[in-house]
Amino acid sequence: MILRLDHIFKDYMQDKMVVPVLKDVTLHVERGEYVAIMGPSGSGKTTLMNIIGCLDIPTSGTYQLNGNDLKDCGDNELSQIRNQSIGFVFQTFNLLPKQTARDNVALPLLYAGVSRRERLERAEKALEKVGLSDRVDFKPTQLSGGQKQRVAIARAIVTNPDILLADEPTGALDSASGRQVMELFGKLNKEGMTVIMITHDAEIASHAKRVMMIRDGILSGMNGVKVSAGRRDVQEEDGGDAVWEEYAGGEEETQFEGEE
Amino acid sequence: MLENIRLAFQGVWDHKLRSILTMLGIIIGIGSIIAIVSTIKGTNEQIKENLVGSGNNAVNIQLYQGEWTLDLSYQSPPDGVPLISSEVLEEIRDLDEVAEASLYYTRNEYDAVSNGVQTLTGGTILGVDANYFDVYGYQVTKGRGFVEKDFADYRKVVLLDKIAASNLFSGTDPIGKTIEIKGEPFTVIGLISKKATAQPVINSMEDYYRYMSNSSSGVVCVPDTVWPIIYRFDEPQNLVVQAVSTDAMTDAGEKSAAVLNAYLTVSDDTIRYKGEDLLEQANQLQELSNATNQQLIWIASISLLVGGIGVMNIMLVSVTERTREIGLKKALGAKKSKILVQFLTEAAVLTLMGGILGIIVGIILAYVISGISSAPVAISGPAIAVAVAFSTLIGVVFGMVPSVKAANMNPIDALRHE
Ligand SMILES: Nc1ncnc2c1ncn2[C@@H]1O[C@H](COP(=O)(O)OP(=O)(O)O)[C@@H](O)[C@H]1O
Ligand SMILES: [Mg+2]
Repeated sequence: MILRLDHIFKDYMQDKMVVPVLKDVTLHVERGEYVAIMGPSGSGKTTLMNIIGCLDIPTSGTYQLNGNDLKDCGDNELSQIRNQSIGFVFQTFNLLPKQTARDNVALPLLYAGVSRRERLERAEKALEKVGLSDRVDFKPTQLSGGQKQRVAIARAIVTNPDILLADEPTGALDSASGRQVMELFGKLNKEGMTVIMITHDAEIASHAKRVMMIRDGILSGMNGVKVSAGRRDVQEEDGGDAVWEEYAGGEEETQFEGEE
Repeated sequence: MLENIRLAFQGVWDHKLRSILTMLGIIIGIGSIIAIVSTIKGTNEQIKENLVGSGNNAVNIQLYQGEWTLDLSYQSPPDGVPLISSEVLEEIRDLDEVAEASLYYTRNEYDAVSNGVQTLTGGTILGVDANYFDVYGYQVTKGRGFVEKDFADYRKVVLLDKIAASNLFSGTDPIGKTIEIKGEPFTVIGLISKKATAQPVINSMEDYYRYMSNSSSGVVCVPDTVWPIIYRFDEPQNLVVQAVSTDAMTDAGEKSAAVLNAYLTVSDDTIRYKGEDLLEQANQLQELSNATNQQLIWIASISLLVGGIGVMNIMLVSVTERTREIGLKKALGAKKSKILVQFLTEAAVLTLMGGILGIIVGIILAYVISGISSAPVAISGPAIAVAVAFSTLIGVVFGMVPSVKAANMNPIDALRHE
């Protein structure tokens, strides 16, 4: 088990009022899984991702990453985990505008203490992997949205993390670039990368092998739906029963319909 | 670290105008300090050079009674002051601080020297030994100097300095001509001048002030062996020693005086030999000019302080502007210390560049000041090193608050920042 969140609660303080955002979230992810977490805006998806990504700490509950409880980790240890175990992909890319694609991708390796020569080498390899070998010296302003997101994905995987964490990775892209990004995620997952993707788009979520729903801070679809080839399993809290659609098509034609 | 420096330079380059404006306070502060220090140093070196002589390090040892020198023009030498023998002179030469020593007679005379047509209204007559010119840094510019035979054969030959020559001969060649000193005929064999020709001949405070008031009287030199021909009796000599270095001048003077004092058998114990401590006098003059300029440096420091606050201000703005970048870097695994060092480096690079530009501005300014006020410029290496170090330090100190702010930023809030 690569990731084990048990009974996670997260409250925010706003104007001296406690705002509960995550309510008893339990999520277990095996190595090599491809999980989508769906939910409407404001349901707590980003909050959950921040906790998974060690950017934030839960108010209560336990979080084990690679079997290590993160409760006692200090700031520096959390930084190190983010650097080595997590690869972040953001909705708005978050590339440094003045730096080339290569330098952007190499950045996490700087914090891992890798030498400059090796940093640039590995950055170029990662860019090759996302199909941007011919754009290494481009700056973000010279790239399309889809290309920018692929640079960001290259940056996320350059450290060979355990988990690729994506928060609405296609949210700012047109559908064609979005599809490219999804293909890339599929490919990385096939190569063994654990992918956790957050989205509010059912079509995008359908690329994952397991889909979870979060609604108003409550995660559901947790229990025992096995992933089998060519089948996506969806569970929703409403009605209590798992509702899913079978399909047997290729990934491109996949249609996903969630039922309310 | 290298990466940080690279990024910092890139940051400065990416915001050229803002960087220059931020640096302005530092540039002005460092620039004015460098300009002031260079001018002070130039003035001080000029004072020292004028007073101490152009690197010849000559120290006069004179006989004092209390605070005043005994002037043998007006009184006869007191009992118990022996003539300085060649053995005593050797003893002085053997001192570590003393390179060379020379004995001479001197008189300031009025109307004593003439060539039959012109008379020197004032001037100094020197009776010198063979070493004197070396010790004092005179050189023969025309004709010849004294040779051994001049001393041995009591030849009545004389050397003139430029002023004496022009006063007596007004432009015509004096060599081979005859002049009279106190009625005795002497043949002019050469002209002498101080070695560093640009520098005046200054051997005492009186000379210094005389030089400063732009008047000077001539110097007339004869071999010391003929002194009794002019003055009829053996006078006590004056001693001049050449110190091994400028810094050794004070010691050379004191130790030489001590050697001479050991032979004194005077009843009045306020009569002592003393080294004329020109170095000390130069230092006093320098301190005077330092004190005034110290205040200028304080004023310039205030502009450095203002510059530092400017840097802090801009860095704070920059940290806020780059909140998302900081959040991202933290998400990618940058530790607090990395962010801290990144921003500190940026501040330090900014102020260091300001410092370097300030040094350039300061040097230019120093030359402009010297052009206006004719004070010389001496660029001080240590001052430049201190300016570089200090401007970097300003960056670190005033960059601390913004950098800590950046380092302590919460990554989630930073990433949410619009
Ligand atoms: N730092 C915060 N302080 C207060 N409330 C917050 C904070 N972050 C998120 N929230 C609240 O938590 C809820 C969930 O936010 P978020 O996880 O960003 O939702 P999603 O990503 O699903 O749109 C929202 O109501 C939001 O206002
Ligand atoms: Mg969100």
